[in-house]
Amino acid sequence: MTEKKNYRPTILLIAGLLIFVIILENIRSVFPWLPQIFDPMSPLFTVLKKAAVYSLVAVSMNLLNGFTGLFSLGQAGFMLLGAYTYAILTVPSELKDQVYYLFGGCAFQFSIVDFFKGIFGAGGAGGAFSMVLGCIIALILAGTVAGFFAFLIGFPVLRLKSDYLVIATLGFAEILRAFFQWQRLGPITNGANMIKGFPTFSSFNITDGSGRTILQLSTFIPFLVTTICIAIIVLLINSSYGRAFKSIRDDEIASEAMGIRLFSHKMLSFVISSFFAGVGGGLFAMYVANAQAKAFTSTMTYELLLIVVIGGIGSVSGSVIATFLYVACSEWWLRFLDSEQYIGGFKVPLLRNGFRMVVFSVVIMIIVLFFSKGIMGNREINIAALLDRKKTGKDKAKK
Amino acid sequence: MEYVISVLLSGISVGGQYALIAIGYTLVYGILRLINFAHGDVFMVAGLLGIYLTAVLPIPVSLPLVIVFTVLLGFTIERAAYRPLREAPRMSVMISAIGVSYLLQNTATYVTGGQPMTYPTIPFLSDTVNVAGTQTKWVVIITPILVLILVTILSMLINGTKIGMAMRAVSKDFETSRLMGIKINLVISVTFIIGSALAAVGSNLFFTNYPAITPMAGAMPGLKAFVAAVFGGIGSIPGAVLGAFLIGICETIIKGLPSSWDVSVFSDAFTFALLIVILVFKPQGLFGEAAADKV
Repeated sequence: MTEKKNYRPTILLIAGLLIFVIILENIRSVFPWLPQIFDPMSPLFTVLKKAAVYSLVAVSMNLLNGFTGLFSLGQAGFMLLGAYTYAILTVPSELKDQVYYLFGGCAFQFSIVDFFKGIFGAGGAGGAFSMVLGCIIALILAGTVAGFFAFLIGFPVLRLKSDYLVIATLGFAEILRAFFQWQRLGPITNGANMIKGFPTFSSFNITDGSGRTILQLSTFIPFLVTTICIAIIVLLINSSYGRAFKSIRDDEIASEAMGIRLFSHKMLSFVISSFFAGVGGGLFAMYVANAQAKAFTSTMTYELLLIVVIGGIGSVSGSVIATFLYVACSEWWLRFLDSEQYIGGFKVPLLRNGFRMVVFSVVIMIIVLFFSKGIMGNREINIAALLDRKKTGKDKAKK
Repeated sequence: MEYVISVLLSGISVGGQYALIAIGYTLVYGILRLINFAHGDVFMVAGLLGIYLTAVLPIPVSLPLVIVFTVLLGFTIERAAYRPLREAPRMSVMISAIGVSYLLQNTATYVTGGQPMTYPTIPFLSDTVNVAGTQTKWVVIITPILVLILVTILSMLINGTKIGMAMRAVSKDFETSRLMGIKINLVISVTFIIGSALAAVGSNLFFTNYPAITPMAGAMPGLKAFVAAVFGGIGSIPGAVLGAFLIGICETIIKGLPSSWDVSVFSDAFTFALLIVILVFKPQGLFGEAAADKV
């Protein structure tokens, strides 16, 4: 068991995946005869972007619900904090008056991107560099704000037992949503209106002087950020802290007897999970190109919870796989259920707007009821082990 | 003064409607230790049933039918989604409840086409009446009275009949009452039937006061009713009713505050703030029993 794990195949595979994403979104500009699906505007890339964002939040939820056994439904609230932090910090100064026109301009004139542009210059490479740096710092701050709120909320909430924790975190998310819609905070949060104008994923596309896109990076960016964040979460889970989390999940009293401080570990898990939910919220704001409190309802948390359940509570790779399947089904593959279809002149009954979600929720119910372990259970995909097995299989075949 | 009376009156009536939902939560939680997230959506479906049935049938026929169908729905949900998970961890049942809620909301969106539906005017309930100089609808007056009557009947049922005794036993100790020969599944079904019937009555009263039903209309009243149940001490019916009245009144007061204060957006948030305060300082609620955690 003490044998050092071989991380190299995993790292190589992930790097390969990221390169594949870049190739995938640029392939049609090289080979224009490829089918429509490879167009950067096609549903394929919408799905990939959304799933990349959601998988980060799902994994962060899994860290809390699956690995620490703290059942929390506050994820949408922390995403909201992250989205607003990101949006408020990165709206360019010259756009602030336009975005906040209902409140006579923004009370918060600072824009992190403009700040760096002041240092590195606004045009060309300097401008691009300051945008990237500004966005990265804004995303980290988005996570920090969410994590800080989690820290404050954690003091009263983490002392509660299972269902009470659920309902209290759900309540906190609703309270946050009300605060961000408050007209009095309008000069900062823009009230119930959306904040927009900040850098989104497509701002990362590299363009030449005439504005023509040379290199599409708008799908690569969410993949990159999500991969880094999930890698950090996985490292955490495999560390001694992660083992402490799992022991708390399995038996609180026994782990306390083994010298694990319950409260501080629960708090750590809660804050880290919220940090990444906040980063995910920032990414979500980039994905939809606006930040509006209305979007972060409890329905969003339920959706994420169902994703985690489908993937398997306590499996990071399961959560990621489930997110991609879930988003692809709801945004793309099952779309045909929403419009009338004809099979050889025969009109298929029942198909009309909204039917997709009905079918979808029935499928989810079936998974919840009959396949409660989800796709992966609590196992992980172990690439190194897979390769090893193949190798030993070959060796055996040789003999 | 008249304004104060009208705010208080509508607060009491909203509270009464929450009370009818809260009883469903508190009964189910008392027995299954399950936050039945789908209960708010059952309430919403009852509202939709009211719309569709009154459109084709006369009101004296359709209103009882609404209750019957809602009861059937509640019973079916328990049978199909909760019973198979009886031996599973508690959280799986809650996830199943969230799944059912998702299913009901999506089905409602499909059936209504996502459009807000107008609730029919029920002749007597929607008529206006003059109370202490303020105009109000009859439903506002009727609600608290009806709630008191229903709660009295329910208390008699729980304290005086054999099935009520079984319900109390099951909520005290699931395993032991099974050993004593109580048919657990029957008791649970009865609980869901009572809860759904009360939710149906509540939806009738609630939506008479509100202009429209959307597929999401049940979620917020459902959560608030749950807070009311926690506030009153989960498992306690008088507690749930009292908590619901309190939440209803506070919420209407916040909504009725001068609009220049801009605080009406907090009417929902207030309920949850109240919940967190209660959970931190008196987790067993007003009338709940301080249950020692079993190790």
